[in-house]
Amino acid sequence: MKLDLDPALVERARSLAARAGQPVVDLARSHTTTAVERAVLRLAGIAGADPDGIPWVNRLVDAVVADVGLGHGVAAPVWHAMATEGIDDLTLLAQKASAGSVRFAIPRGAALTAAKRASKRAVGAGIKRIDRNRVERERLVKRHGDPKQRPWIYLIVATGDIYEDIPQAQAAARAGADVIAVIRSTGQSLLDYVPEGATREGFAGTYATQENFRLMRAALDVSSRELGRYIRLTNYASGLCMPEIATLAGLERLDMMLNDSMYGILFRDINPIRTFVDQRFSRQIHARAGIIINTGEDNYLTTADAVEAAHTVTVSQLLNEFFAHEAGLADWQLGLGHAFEINPDLPESFRLELAHALLARELFPDAPLKWMPPTKHMTGDVFRGNLLDGFFNLAGTMTGQGILLVGMMTEAVVTPWLSDRDIALQNVRYVLNAAGGLHEDFVPAPGGFIQRRASTVLGEAVELLERIVDDTLLNAIADGTFGIMKRPPDGGKGLDGVARHEPTYYNPASELLERA
Amino acid sequence: MSEKQIVRPYGDTTGDGMVQVSFTLPVPLDKRAEGAAVQLAAKMGLDPAMVVHAKQMGDGYTFFVVYGRVHHLVDLSQVVVAERDFPLLSAKDINATIKSKLRRKITVVGACIGTDAHTVGIDAILNLKGIAGEKGLEYYREFVVRNLGAQVSVPDLVERARTERADAVLVSQVVTQRDAHLHNTKEMSAAFREAFPAQRRPLLVVGGPRFDELATEELGVDRIFSRGTTPREVASYLVHALTTRRAA
Repeated sequence: MKLDLDPALVERARSLAARAGQPVVDLARSHTTTAVERAVLRLAGIAGADPDGIPWVNRLVDAVVADVGLGHGVAAPVWHAMATEGIDDLTLLAQKASAGSVRFAIPRGAALTAAKRASKRAVGAGIKRIDRNRVERERLVKRHGDPKQRPWIYLIVATGDIYEDIPQAQAAARAGADVIAVIRSTGQSLLDYVPEGATREGFAGTYATQENFRLMRAALDVSSRELGRYIRLTNYASGLCMPEIATLAGLERLDMMLNDSMYGILFRDINPIRTFVDQRFSRQIHARAGIIINTGEDNYLTTADAVEAAHTVTVSQLLNEFFAHEAGLADWQLGLGHAFEINPDLPESFRLELAHALLARELFPDAPLKWMPPTKHMTGDVFRGNLLDGFFNLAGTMTGQGILLVGMMTEAVVTPWLSDRDIALQNVRYVLNAAGGLHEDFVPAPGGFIQRRASTVLGEAVELLERIVDDTLLNAIADGTFGIMKRPPDGGKGLDGVARHEPTYYNPASELLERA
Repeated sequence: MSEKQIVRPYGDTTGDGMVQVSFTLPVPLDKRAEGAAVQLAAKMGLDPAMVVHAKQMGDGYTFFVVYGRVHHLVDLSQVVVAERDFPLLSAKDINATIKSKLRRKITVVGACIGTDAHTVGIDAILNLKGIAGEKGLEYYREFVVRNLGAQVSVPDLVERARTERADAVLVSQVVTQRDAHLHNTKEMSAAFREAFPAQRRPLLVVGGPRFDELATEELGVDRIFSRGTTPREVASYLVHALTTRRAA
């Protein structure tokens, strides 16, 4: 270990994170949301949308909630209705329900047992498909191979049109990208439904839909064959439909998903309880699907100062780790986030960056950390921006980061042009080629600036965790502890889609996922 | 201002007219592609033009860096900009002026509207943290700041402005795809004009890196701030506009 961190302090930080997180886990285990219930039905194969573009799964869940409420879960009433109506197709049931010709009730006795059994069988088929996709990914990785270098090179495409994204993604893979992220349309996170079909219209991004997922994964399979390395595909399991999008990612063999425990609360003003409940289910799906999650700590540093708030990143990473492990994710699936966002005018800013990046590396030795480029101090001076990105790349390779999001010198100017991307990749390739093994030689001086800075940040993280444990995490979020935003637990979007479990609550997906 | 002041681009000698441009053409790199780049540069007014760098990207695209001389002249006396028409005050003077002239605090409601989730701009102006070492409006004793954050709907913004009795509404727009920033701003200003009588309407201020500061009339707002604006400029403007409005 290069930082000579106090192992007792590290241990204390982890146990405090567990204590801070446990009440939230309890909350997540005792509540459900409309989005979790819709995800359950999606696992059972419901698809399609009505003529207004509202998915049948939304219509069905809304109909069930109108008749019997959300707190029982939708599985029992839905499969009970299938039996009594003599329907074996969920989509057909949804159509009838939204026409008002089906009423839902909570079954009892033998009918309840039958409904549970039928729902479990149907949902189990979806989970089997996720399992098969995981095996298929492992097979393809074995055949085509992983990227030859670490960090993996992660590049964003975002045209709004999936048919435009595909050639761009393939070109990016040819130019050296190992991971393609299709950034979502601005505003999708606040849609309470997942759009259907292939989409060609989006704002600063492309809608996440099941069909878009399928099309892009198929295209990257072609690229993987062509290039002799498995090209990974990333999307965003966040916002009001997080559990559904996680489910679609599992069903369509996406490889990584952005999935932060608090991002939606802080940056989208989504209700905290809604977020934590949706989070837990999403992470269970990701765990099962062998998907690597990327957490969003970099975002804190875009609103708060990257030096003053460095410890909030550490605290969030520790919380994300706790929530992830609790949901069944393994260390290799934890792309914990952090970012190169210190003001470059600050003296020794690069040494501070190295200290923070190495701290994350040493706290989470088996996690493929997600290293995010400068955005806040990209000013429109593209020449200076390119230099800053070079230092970002250097810090990434010196501190052994796992996934490097390629920084664009035109950040804050335009959505990246073809040439911006080419110059950015050239920058990454130069640094990795010139200094790819530098992490072996880079050992900070004992007791020196970097070691001292890392232990200061860890110490501040422990202090903050102590305050969070005393205050509770929900109150800390309400007080604006992370990223300055204040988010009370009774505020935010999506609260009306949250319900406490009734004693009869039943969710076949949770039962299958918990058992694993 | 009517006296001519002529300048031309400066490379390393006064009057040399040298500029540097870069662009991509959708053709593979060969002699013809370089010729095409020179032709484009010539049409842009670069004469002579030198292609100093050409690199193929993927199958059918080439990136060029071109240096050359332009013969265009710029007459500084003909340049039209939104000159600052209010005094730039210190933080202390801002607070003092509000106290003495308005005798109450200024309430500001800020938000990113539409689907725009980029709060960087509004946060830089409003949050205590501020930008470039300058504190945001929250730092000013005489300002009451309500930062509603991202993706606030226009009706919500109008409603909050009403309940907070906002003196000014600050809206930040970063995303410019399909002119979203212009459409959103027009929608916002129209909604405020509909909801408030002219005398009681809060000042409408928009900011973002891609706005034209002269377009206030077209967008229906009182003031537009573009890139590089600091919280102190916004605060100075608000003090000026609100104190003179009251006087008028």
